[in-house]
Amino acid sequence: MSFAEVVDTYWLYFLVGQYPQGPLGGLALTIVLASLGLLLALPAGLALGLARLSPWAALRWPVTGLIHLVRAVPLLLVIFWVYFFLPSITGVKTSQFSTMLMALVVYDAVYLAEIVRAGVQGLPRVQVEGARSLGLSWLAAMRLVLLPQALRNMLPSLVSQFVATIKATSLGYIIGLSELAFVTTQVNTQVFIYPTQLYLILGLSYFVLCFSLTRVAFWLERRLAPVSGQHPKLPARQPA
Amino acid sequence: MIGFDNVNKWYGRYQALVEITETIARGEVVVVCGPSGSGKSTLIRTINRLEPIDSGRIVVDGENIHRRGLDIDAFRSRIGFVFQQFALFPHLTALQNCTLAPVHHRRATAAQARERALALLDRVGLRDKADALPSALSGGQQQRVAIARALALQPSILLFDEPTSALDPEMVGEVLQVIKGLARDGMTMVVVTHEMGFAREVADRILFMDAGRILERATPADFFNRPQHPRAQQFLADLRSPFTS
Repeated sequence: MSFAEVVDTYWLYFLVGQYPQGPLGGLALTIVLASLGLLLALPAGLALGLARLSPWAALRWPVTGLIHLVRAVPLLLVIFWVYFFLPSITGVKTSQFSTMLMALVVYDAVYLAEIVRAGVQGLPRVQVEGARSLGLSWLAAMRLVLLPQALRNMLPSLVSQFVATIKATSLGYIIGLSELAFVTTQVNTQVFIYPTQLYLILGLSYFVLCFSLTRVAFWLERRLAPVSGQHPKLPARQPA
Repeated sequence: MIGFDNVNKWYGRYQALVEITETIARGEVVVVCGPSGSGKSTLIRTINRLEPIDSGRIVVDGENIHRRGLDIDAFRSRIGFVFQQFALFPHLTALQNCTLAPVHHRRATAAQARERALALLDRVGLRDKADALPSALSGGQQQRVAIARALALQPSILLFDEPTSALDPEMVGEVLQVIKGLARDGMTMVVVTHEMGFAREVADRILFMDAGRILERATPADFFNRPQHPRAQQFLADLRSPFTS
């Protein structure tokens, strides 16, 4: 069997798994999992980050504890906890996809929370005081004054974390979720003679996903950063 | 309208404010001066509760402002505060800096707030900079926008915490001019400053502070010509001849 024949036989399986005969898998599942993970982790991370910054100890302490706990544990263990431990409490078996999604969101949110905290705390203290002295509540000051500034500064760190999330979806392999890495391994087991080529393609697929994200982020970063003194949304002034 | 009643404040074991009792009347312009670390900034920051106090009472407009349960945000929206470092929001234009709080507090519609902000920017001589971001403005211009922003909430009191100390010398005048204009209009103001010429010209009263205490309260004429307390005499002597002693 030539490699061209392997590609010809397995390309659809690689892209979408057994879909539409079976569940969605392959590259498509990886993209769905990563996108959903990022989409859910961002608001969760923002909420946790704000809780960690908040002046209310009853909110700050438990969240700080959670962050320290999750951050000090490998993602693989978080996946195992969700996979084995959660069903023993709820009595319902969690699907591999939900398991992976939950683990990713929790793990990511914790890291994002620290990025948010660093972003806000990196701003000059007088920005908070300026906002509060205008009668803005703590939450309004965060929303209207601090986060809009912090998010711009946080963007590079956020992107790193997003890239890490895309790659972390490959750990779904461990619990038999038929995402890209799992599917590739399956193909390799059946074909057996082209491991180098297959894993090169796998690596390249992750690279394309992650690299595209960083390019989009770079474009966004340039668009958000006020290059000149003029507000980016306003037309440039003609010199008088 | 601002009353301090035996106010004390500590930073750890260091006492920053010592038994402060003082009354500032409506329409009065009070300049607070004194050497660095004398507690003047701390004093002014307690008036809108940017700094908590440890004992005593501060009453503003009949309201005990360090009372628990006070709606501090509503209270602060009636007191303007101008910072040494301007504290403009760098992601917003000069105009947006001035409209943010009035619109947030629903004091005005976006259009009304804009109208009023433009009028205020005009008053501080910066109407043509309405769409500029703070980074495109000089220090003096930024501080004038900051004053316009404070005025946008139509405060009954304006507090200035060393408003010209972060400015290049040639920009001090333009900011002091704006503050003088407000004084003429009868705004109640407390100004912490090292600008003694300004104090002499504009202040109704001068409070001299050292080591957390108000050591002297006097009219500018009395303070500059006949200072009573030895520390005040020393302070003024140091200002006059900074290179001797």
